[in-house]
Amino acid sequence: MLTIEGLSKTYADGTRALDGIDLSVPQAEIVALIGGSGCGKTTLLRLVAGLDRASAGRIQLDGEGIASPHPGVGLVFQEPRLLPWLSVADNVGFGLAELPKAERAARVSHALERVGLSEHAGRWPRELSGGQQQRVSIARAFVANPRVLLLDEPFSALDAFTRKDLHGHLLALWEEVRPTILIVTHDVGEAVALADRAVVMRPKPGRLDDTIPLPLPRPRNPTSAQTEAATRKILAALDKSLRPKQSVSDIAEPQNANWW
Amino acid sequence: MTAPTLAPQVEISAPPSGGPALTQPRARLAAGGRVALSLLLPLALAIGWELAVRTGFAQGRLMPPPSQIGATLYALAASGDLWLHVQATLVRVALGFAFGATAGIAVGALTGTLPLARHLLDPTLQALRAVPSLAWVPLFILWLGILETPKVTLIAVGVFFPVYIGVAGAIASVDRKLVEVGRIFRLSKTALARRILLPAILPATLVALRTGLGLGFLFVVAAELMGASEGLGYLLVDGQQFSKADQILAAIIAFACLGKLADALLVALTRPLTRWQDTARETL
Repeated sequence: MLTIEGLSKTYADGTRALDGIDLSVPQAEIVALIGGSGCGKTTLLRLVAGLDRASAGRIQLDGEGIASPHPGVGLVFQEPRLLPWLSVADNVGFGLAELPKAERAARVSHALERVGLSEHAGRWPRELSGGQQQRVSIARAFVANPRVLLLDEPFSALDAFTRKDLHGHLLALWEEVRPTILIVTHDVGEAVALADRAVVMRPKPGRLDDTIPLPLPRPRNPTSAQTEAATRKILAALDKSLRPKQSVSDIAEPQNANWW
Repeated sequence: MTAPTLAPQVEISAPPSGGPALTQPRARLAAGGRVALSLLLPLALAIGWELAVRTGFAQGRLMPPPSQIGATLYALAASGDLWLHVQATLVRVALGFAFGATAGIAVGALTGTLPLARHLLDPTLQALRAVPSLAWVPLFILWLGILETPKVTLIAVGVFFPVYIGVAGAIASVDRKLVEVGRIFRLSKTALARRILLPAILPATLVALRTGLGLGFLFVVAAELMGASEGLGYLLVDGQQFSKADQILAAIIAFACLGKLADALLVALTRPLTRWQDTARETL
């Protein structure tokens, strides 16, 4: 169980990136964080990953506070961030340095098999395509068996076919160890394809705006009536979140005055 | 192949001597061809000069012909003198490079990783770097005498600065994103340095070392010109004093070969370390 209570983050320059976030995610649930740019999605993930310190509030994983990188939390960045001087296999095994060699090799080869890159184990990252690199990056996070896996727009730089393929790989890995997954995305289709619940965020400061449950059976069919209805619901919530709470004319007037 | 028989005779015979046909062999130049092409100019100059001197067009006293330079070089090698001088020069460069590069890497790593050390040391070092290294020569001679110590010190100073700048700069430009990967996997400070920082700065460090080695050869000449009884630089001075242009040129050629060999050795030794690099080198 991942619990976030009253989490706020104000940067040194006074930007309020997050304000009073409350969220709890039971084990093995997949939650999609969705919202326009600048609503603090990435900040939230970085706080959960322990890369940044919260200004207020707390994050707990099974009752244990998180303030620095935690062995139970894995993170897949927006870019693959593979270490260019390590082979694909060594990149996947990067976080397993303490394990005995044989066990490390076994886990790495299993993870590579699950993402369909077994035959590329000995190659350099530069020899892989963008989609393959991101698969390596996902395998690197999974191989450490995290209880919570965070993904920060991991597929945003990829084309639609590759993305669909990677959704399959991600769900296959999830089925195997069933971690909690928090995935940041700005792609509604992605949220509907993966998540049990979509959480819509609102910018300035970043807050949780709405939650849309997605109780659809897996595997999901992107063209079924259920998924289309869910997509419409999320789009409507997104639209609402991007519209300011104040009456539109209040904000629109000064903007229009400066427009020319 | 059937078309030419239908075409008028003039058009078939024209292309071989015409302009368009010239571009074809140029495009097909293989690696060997390129090497031959690069040797064309120096060889033509050498042969031309040789002929000019042989036929009496030029005197060749101040600029001896290649055959004479070759003979001098051979004589120096045969008598064993050349090895003596090469050895003296190489020992100085090796010692100076070892001291200068070690200090450069150590201090560069210090200022690159510790802000306190950076604020404390970097401004002073940058100011010292602005001093032309040769300006230290009189002081070094005064302090350290005229034997090997001031020479090695001068070379070490010359090697130190490019290595220092290279290493400190490489550390400063390590990708924060890769460091974060290390943080996510909870690497300790030393593990982070060993597993991420070190490999990341390696390529730039090697470039700095190559620059440093080149400067080492620059400064060994300067040091030996100041006063030495052996070394390739001594051959230069000796050649000047006794108007032996062939000896000067022989020493210059020896320098060129040594410098190139030392650089090639450094590159060959370190190539396996940077095999992973995704650079344009292989396509250039």
